[in-house]
Amino acid sequence: MNTYDAIVIGSGISGGWAAKELTEKGLTTLMLERGPYYEHIKDYKTANLDPWDFVHRGKVTQQEKKDRPYIARTWGATEAVIDSWTKDVDCPYTEVKPFNWWRSYRLGGRSILWGRQSYRWSDHDFEANAKDGWAIDWPIRYKDIEPWYDHVERFAGVCGSKEGLAQLPDGQFLPPMEMNCVEKDVAARIKEHYKGRRNMIIGRCANLTAPIPGRTQCQFRNRCWEGCPFGGYFSTQSSTLPAALATGKLTVRPYSIVMRLLYDKDKKRATGVEVLDAETNKTYTFYSKIVFVNASALNSAWILMNSATDVWPGGLGSSSGELGHNIMDHHYNLGAAGVMEGYEDKYVYGRRANGIYIVRFANLFGDKRDYLRGFGYQGSASREGWQRDVAEMSVGVGLKESLSEPGQWTMGITGFGELLPYHDNKITLDKEKKDKWGLPVLSMDAEIKNNEKKMRKDMVAEGVAMLEAAGIKKVHSWDNGHPVGDGIHEMGSARMGRDPKTSVLNKHNQVWDALNVFVTDGACMTSAACQNPSLTYMALTARAADFAVTELKKGNI
Amino acid sequence: MNRRDALARVGLLLGGTIIGAEAFLSGCTNAPEKKIGGAGTNFSTDDIAFFDEVAETILPATDTPGAKDAKVGQFMAIIVKDCYTEADQKVFIAGIQKLNDACKQKNNGKSFMDCTPEERTKLLIDLDKEQKDYTAKKKKDDPAHYFRMMKELTLWGYFTSEPGATKALRYVAVPGKYEGCIDYKKGDKAWATS
Repeated sequence: MNTYDAIVIGSGISGGWAAKELTEKGLTTLMLERGPYYEHIKDYKTANLDPWDFVHRGKVTQQEKKDRPYIARTWGATEAVIDSWTKDVDCPYTEVKPFNWWRSYRLGGRSILWGRQSYRWSDHDFEANAKDGWAIDWPIRYKDIEPWYDHVERFAGVCGSKEGLAQLPDGQFLPPMEMNCVEKDVAARIKEHYKGRRNMIIGRCANLTAPIPGRTQCQFRNRCWEGCPFGGYFSTQSSTLPAALATGKLTVRPYSIVMRLLYDKDKKRATGVEVLDAETNKTYTFYSKIVFVNASALNSAWILMNSATDVWPGGLGSSSGELGHNIMDHHYNLGAAGVMEGYEDKYVYGRRANGIYIVRFANLFGDKRDYLRGFGYQGSASREGWQRDVAEMSVGVGLKESLSEPGQWTMGITGFGELLPYHDNKITLDKEKKDKWGLPVLSMDAEIKNNEKKMRKDMVAEGVAMLEAAGIKKVHSWDNGHPVGDGIHEMGSARMGRDPKTSVLNKHNQVWDALNVFVTDGACMTSAACQNPSLTYMALTARAADFAVTELKKGNI
Repeated sequence: MNRRDALARVGLLLGGTIIGAEAFLSGCTNAPEKKIGGAGTNFSTDDIAFFDEVAETILPATDTPGAKDAKVGQFMAIIVKDCYTEADQKVFIAGIQKLNDACKQKNNGKSFMDCTPEERTKLLIDLDKEQKDYTAKKKKDDPAHYFRMMKELTLWGYFTSEPGATKALRYVAVPGKYEGCIDYKKGDKAWATS
């Protein structure tokens, strides 16, 4: 069979949601994944190993670094998950400017590896471009997406506390995780010092603090990214895929690299996709009434750039001149940390796969800075372990005994800042360079600019100030610079908008030039806000799927 | 492990970066060195016995197992061979000779293996002071001190081993819950994993 009602390209967070929603609404759906199958629980090979079972005790080898030179630059290169990342040497890319691209080409994509932080956007975010006169306005507002946030939170399972903050709307939460005693103290002191204008809350994350049907609650092992044998956090495998498969309407095809969308220029519609089998190198075509493109922000743009090139040399969606432009991320790799005195008689039990969140305060509610937009922080307090230095101890019994006990409490926070959309932050096809399958690769040309640089100075300074106000001692800070992509929140390559002349997608995530093609991953984002974006991709995907099915039934697409 | 923990915990040992992991934290764009498993990294059983004794001197058996029980010597050999850069391998291998030379100088020509535990401890206290002084003064791109490597590998290998994690420390594979504020009294062991 090669004809379906719908084709979904990609199986990560947004692809999984598209498959679930479309199949549950009755559409026969083909999910195409470019990597291998990766089965829930059975394929989580390391998830039940003990630390001593790892030959290199967490470290990657020189050979593994050679195979994955991009990921080797990052903290993602650890023994347990190194195989999860794409073998970079098979899939190179060109760096006009330094770019860290974190990729996982296998079923579930980065939904297995993600950080699970789940925050709603507010109208402060959706209205930001319009108010600042920057780039283009979002074609939607909070009220358009609010019911879809409700929908995806209820199904995915997001824990958190209700705070009543206008800039970070509350959601359909499972019970919040607990702050430890130092975090509670710091939160209270920040609230007092800043008279309630700054808020440090427990992180909102897609780990289950209560069981939901078919899934066990989080066991506080804090090794989510190896895959959870309990289904304790949201991933395609634990959540959307079982739901989609239960309909009997889903077909999953692994090893399927989509090379292009097939386009009927008379009807101005896509008719299907052309697929290269990554194992056999044979090509196949599949047909459908609608296509959801969820290949991840940069790869979704790659597919569009390779499609309908006989009509538009720049590819499907390029008529606006914006396809591949406006690349965004969240800039981080900076923060502050120090020591909390007292609490030597307190400790924790369990490993919380979550931290604290300091909610955006810059450029909100009358606050004015010398740059646009804002930032949040993630962090945690903990007692030091055996990794610490014990200055007065050298070698022998004393060293061993000291390190067998926990050390002092430390508290650290990492900032996540909004990166503005810039037309000249872009990706293009590099036709000179080919990947393992002979396909052209992406060329990355994006950087943080003056607005972000000013913001970074402020993020460090405010981080230090807040920790000091909270009684943290010996505060130090860092700013290691930020290559775009390293935030793992790539966005913007096919932005939504109100006008086909300045945007690639309309308000329902439809490609203006092919209304039966929907792009609902990070590619669609018109601005970046500073909240972790995955929850918003889920909500936009569910919303677009609902619209697509309605339009199909009406015969409009 | 997650993003919040990453910069705070992983890669940091003895208050510094894990040797060979500099690129890991700086996000620099250097390609890893080409050659893997450089000359002299197929360590002999004698080498491993030597590493075991160095490690045991750093973390000796007490009422809990020592580094030798945790097979730290073998761990050192594996990490140096598989994970160290060629430059770091050279420093480490040369360090075996340097350690013995220092030992002979202080102990009337006796090699490390021939020394008593007391003589070994005394020597390593001196070498630890030497590495701390060196580390404090060294420039960013200077190589690490060989004894810092040995000490770091010992701590890492021991506290992540089964005896280290379960006897010297406390380990619970599946905590099942999180409690953010429990009582602690001096002498209670630290958790093996975070």
